[in-house]
Amino acid sequence: MKTLALSIPKDRKKVIIPLLLLPVWILIYFNLDSSIKYFVYSIINLPLENKFSDAVFFFIFESIKVLLLLVIVIFFISIIRSYFSPEKTRKFLEGKPLFAGNVLASMLGIVTPFCSCSAVPLFVGFVEAGIPLGITFSFLIAAPMINEVAVVLLFGLFGWQTALIYTGSGLIIAISAGYIIGKLKLNRFVEEWVYEVKSIKQNSVDEKISFAERIDYGYTTLKEIVSKVWIYILLGIAVGAGIHGYIPENFMAGIMGKTEWWSVPLSVLIGIPLYSNAAGIIPVMMALIEKGASLGTALAFMMSVIGLSLPEMIILRKVLKLQLIFIFIGVVGVGIIIIGFLFNIIY
Amino acid sequence: MNIKILGVGCPKCRRLEEKVKDVVKQNNIAAEFEKVTDVQEMMKYGIMMTPGLVVNEKLKSSGVIAKDEDILKWIHEEM
Repeated sequence: MKTLALSIPKDRKKVIIPLLLLPVWILIYFNLDSSIKYFVYSIINLPLENKFSDAVFFFIFESIKVLLLLVIVIFFISIIRSYFSPEKTRKFLEGKPLFAGNVLASMLGIVTPFCSCSAVPLFVGFVEAGIPLGITFSFLIAAPMINEVAVVLLFGLFGWQTALIYTGSGLIIAISAGYIIGKLKLNRFVEEWVYEVKSIKQNSVDEKISFAERIDYGYTTLKEIVSKVWIYILLGIAVGAGIHGYIPENFMAGIMGKTEWWSVPLSVLIGIPLYSNAAGIIPVMMALIEKGASLGTALAFMMSVIGLSLPEMIILRKVLKLQLIFIFIGVVGVGIIIIGFLFNIIY
Repeated sequence: MNIKILGVGCPKCRRLEEKVKDVVKQNNIAAEFEKVTDVQEMMKYGIMMTPGLVVNEKLKSSGVIAKDEDILKWIHEEM
């Protein structure tokens, strides 16, 4: 019992520290623009109205802003995620009818902890529980496409409208692509061994997790993700800063503008083998939009890069026959192209 | 004692393996390690996230790099 008594103050500290840091965060975030301006133009004394100083300001300001947003969002979403697990999600999806199941699976794909290296065990686990293929696919499309790093970057660099459009479009694609794959009855294109898997029923005891442990999980995930993506974010913003300062206006209007109909499908095609993570690609896209790339084309490109990744397809080849992988890429790809065209027409 | 690490070689799996080996070493526990990389074999334990940690054929954790104290607790449970 001694250990228990000792652990309480430590646990409380874990809850109090983030609460204390929150006002500090707010103070920095909302004074960022003026303090970076002061730093760039007064302390290191770069000339005003100059391409180089513009690029420097852009780089420092956007990097700090995005990292600040990332830290707070990942921390909170990790705490939310600690309430979900693939096992719980699977239980939740069991016996759900096709369309409702697709909607649920797509939304659960956002909040359930997922890493593409676990795509195979997850797929087999779903199939074993009798969850229809189409519903499983809705989950597998939404989980990587709508991830917190992408949404935070879109929010920080483009504004909440674009973040919302991206999330909404991702959900629609995950729901409809999963629904279509379900309707096509493609079970014969799943590797036979998947249906033969019989796991030893492990009585997974739902361990009670304390709130302090959830906060712990938040810290660990935060460290894990930020240490993985910060370098891509800085690189992406550095390239973006270069484009922002030096590439002429309307430079991208021809290649990625909305005048050419082929720009959307081409962006999607190029995006599939391009396996950059969201962290690197979004800052570059932001700068390209400034230079005349259209939102629909840029959105399609980002979705393709993030949602259709070659390494994940290779991993999924263990459980899916090649035909199904191509159908999967085809259905999702067409969905992304439609979204791209749609936004090019609207904006 | 038989300890299995289930995973296809993601960085997390390697970190978990190192950690469990450290715990075992520090506490002078005799254990043999097995790395399960075959997906079909892995699936028998019903995991849905890698890495999985199996002690004496019982699944102890999946998808996380467990804390030292938890690893030690699980090993003691099986002793």
